[in-house]
Amino acid sequence: MNAHDPHLGTKFDDGIAPGETLLNVDNISLSFGGVKAITDISFDVLKGEIRAIIGPNGAGKTSMLNVINGFYHPQEGTITFRGEQRRKMKPYQAATSGISRTFQNVALFAGMSTLDNIMAGRTLKMNKNFFWQMWRHGPALKEEIEHRKVVEEVIEFLEIEHIRKEPVGTLPYGLQKRVELGRALAAEPDLLLLDEPMAGMNLEEKEDMSRFIIEVNQQYGTTIALIEHDMGVVMDLADRVIVLDYGKKIGDGLPEDVQANQDVIDAYLGVSH
Amino acid sequence: MSEKGTASISGQPSTFADYLILNASRFADRPAFRHKDHGIWKTWNWAQALEEIRAYSMGLKKLGLKPGDKVAIVGQNRPRLYWTFCAAQAIGAVPVPVYADSVAEEMSFVLQHAEVTAAVCQNQEQVDKIDSIRSELKTLKYVFYDEPRGLRDYEMKNLHAISDVQEMGRKVFAEKGDDAWRKGFEKLGGDDVAVMLYTSGTTGRPKGVMLSYDNLIKSAENANKFDNLNEHDEIIAYLPLAWVGDHVFSYAQSYVGGYCVCCPESPETADHDRLEIAPTYFFAPPRVFETMLTNINVRMQDASNMKQKMFSYFMDHARKVGEPMLNGDDVGFMDKLKYKLGEFLVYAPLKNRMGMSNMKVGYTAGEAIGPEIFSFYRSLGLNLKQLYGQTEASVYISAQPDGQIRADTVGTPSPDVEIKIAKNGEVLYRSPGVFVGYFKNDKATKETKTKEGWVHTGDAGFIDGEGHLRIIDRAKDVGKLKDGSLFAPKYIENKLKFFSNIKEVVAFGDGRDQCCVFLNIDLTSVGNWAERNNVSYASYQELTQHPDVIKMMGDHVAEVNKDLASEEMMSGSQIARFLVLHKELDPDDGEMTRTMKVRRPFISERYGDLIEALYDGSKEKFIETEVVFEDGRKGAISATVSIMDAEMFEPTHALKEAAE
Repeated sequence: MNAHDPHLGTKFDDGIAPGETLLNVDNISLSFGGVKAITDISFDVLKGEIRAIIGPNGAGKTSMLNVINGFYHPQEGTITFRGEQRRKMKPYQAATSGISRTFQNVALFAGMSTLDNIMAGRTLKMNKNFFWQMWRHGPALKEEIEHRKVVEEVIEFLEIEHIRKEPVGTLPYGLQKRVELGRALAAEPDLLLLDEPMAGMNLEEKEDMSRFIIEVNQQYGTTIALIEHDMGVVMDLADRVIVLDYGKKIGDGLPEDVQANQDVIDAYLGVSH
Repeated sequence: MSEKGTASISGQPSTFADYLILNASRFADRPAFRHKDHGIWKTWNWAQALEEIRAYSMGLKKLGLKPGDKVAIVGQNRPRLYWTFCAAQAIGAVPVPVYADSVAEEMSFVLQHAEVTAAVCQNQEQVDKIDSIRSELKTLKYVFYDEPRGLRDYEMKNLHAISDVQEMGRKVFAEKGDDAWRKGFEKLGGDDVAVMLYTSGTTGRPKGVMLSYDNLIKSAENANKFDNLNEHDEIIAYLPLAWVGDHVFSYAQSYVGGYCVCCPESPETADHDRLEIAPTYFFAPPRVFETMLTNINVRMQDASNMKQKMFSYFMDHARKVGEPMLNGDDVGFMDKLKYKLGEFLVYAPLKNRMGMSNMKVGYTAGEAIGPEIFSFYRSLGLNLKQLYGQTEASVYISAQPDGQIRADTVGTPSPDVEIKIAKNGEVLYRSPGVFVGYFKNDKATKETKTKEGWVHTGDAGFIDGEGHLRIIDRAKDVGKLKDGSLFAPKYIENKLKFFSNIKEVVAFGDGRDQCCVFLNIDLTSVGNWAERNNVSYASYQELTQHPDVIKMMGDHVAEVNKDLASEEMMSGSQIARFLVLHKELDPDDGEMTRTMKVRRPFISERYGDLIEALYDGSKEKFIETEVVFEDGRKGAISATVSIMDAEMFEPTHALKEAAE
């Protein structure tokens, strides 16, 4: 279990103490035409915790993340983030409000360097407009230096100094995943959504990634919701776990409780529906 | 540069703390340390270095560190870890650097044996390691760390950040000044033990070599004079702190000469950081030079046709005239002009790429370097030389003077060093750098150091006609085949290792009918070859047993045999059979030392079955080997290794002479 030191709260004081509800998902239903992706799901994410979403393929996990960060608009239900209730929201609004994410399939700018990719994560925090940027010198440069500092901290944090200037397209998969995490971190999120951060990694890369996730959580106090298939990782990392199957919630609770839940075992091992 | 009055110490400096104070006055504005952090080089000049180290040292004193205490230093090349040396020495404590990549149990032996009171760790990883063996370390009282990341929640007793210790020291300094602190090291003399370095131990347990201030300072003075190093030089510190070479180059010589030590951002970025610093003085074991050359060749093979042609044309020219020019010989006007053009088009960009544009002098030591690799660098105009040294000698035993460079010797005796060859061929030396003794091991000290101060190197060698020392092999490794012909394993191994496709070799033959070898492929080089030739493979293991790879190795072995056949002494020990090992020899598995030397006895035991198979004529052999992963867990890998007969040649020595 992760120790949650109250002194480690996020840098932004949004009036939510660690352990209080940061995100609340109420009765969400999402369908694409006749296909019901998510049916009436409710759960909460507490500030400072690591919340895992698990379930067999097609259970609606990624759809759930897409709903949270505003990419999909649910037909029913509401989402409350930091006390603000909303139903429809554009992804960039979600990003500005402090939600960032990584993708199941690496979605980086392959031709750009690691540094530039992570700098891209700061875009929403840049205030100087296009004309200042064109002029470059003066306020825009000063601002860029400030952002670069944050980005360099992220680079150090993720131990990717050696690939700072490499085009990410040439990097091995495990490192690309790390760069993607870096880009999400650069936005200094309150809530970090990770979509299968360890898919396709070898054991060593998985251990590294787990370490980074724990450290993000502890050092920055970032709340994390993650989807992961590696049960060992989920059981070690997560404070609480939600289990989805066929768009429905079939379990929610502490890792050990979920592990013992008969519905969950059935969903994973497969019984005739 | 400012000259702020006279040095505030009286007389000749006898400790590194004295030198620190001297440098802070004579070189106050010159850079002392650089460290790349967050992508930017941060610099401390000598005056700032004094401030930092003094604060650190006074903080340690305040915490209760006493003269004679041993302070372990565990980590990579970081300014604060280098400061620890001087900070500890200033209060009379003895620093004991240990190899940062050792696993906990290896480290435990050294720390117990050294009876350390404090451990200075680079980061969480090292603190965890120390914590895991803390119950065994009865004398350990304090643990310090440099990088706070991940450590803020730790509830270890007496765990302090170096920056907090410095804060404590600064407070004491503000209140009371540094008189008491200075008195602490004024008492120290040249005979006091300055540092304890554990030898990596090719055989048996590591031994703690005690070096005195005099040992290190005299050696450093001589070395700086020999290569004309002064406060305007810069080096990059990237080799393990626990290795005597790094201790002398990046610490002793830097303090004595006043030059700047640059610490890379991380070990992975060292190559790139070197490019940015362009050190004037560079030391690397042959392996580093080999890797650099392999990388260049690999990249050239992927370069455009035009570039490849230009590269090979000018490299051919450099091979012809580069070395003579470097040795000061006259080569004719047209050749010089062509070399100048080559410098502009190929050599300078190449040197820049390797971070050697400003290199005044470079050294390689530790192992023999391939003649081709050696002359490649020299033909580019780089003053690369070889030296021969040992921990027990504070590095320097012999080194090549400028202008007298040959790939097969290790040079003439270093200043103040006497060398003699014992009856059995073993090299002995005597110098001011000769160590005080092994810590808590008088027996070993007596075996190594005679009453008259001569030290047994354990290496067999001879002095050639021009007064240069040549090393053949470890004295105890030189043996004989059953038919009486001389068998020098290292000699054969080195010949094979000079092929870029071969990374490591172990030769067997002492007391046997014939000579046989284990080979390790070089994955970078062979992997690139596989890519170009559409050879597909799923793992290292599979690649090693690929028929084409084995054939390639067979060709290399045949070439070496041909070479051996032409040498009178060695023609009898041609390689009869060989096999390509299914795994890389690795220090984590105990097969090599941390300085990457093969541990022969261990390998003979571990791969006994394979050795037998080499001699009993079998065509292949199944083997299962236990491996230790980097995090200390164990696993096993198994493979069927094919065993090949090598092509052998008639001795051609007589023929060659006749032809000449």
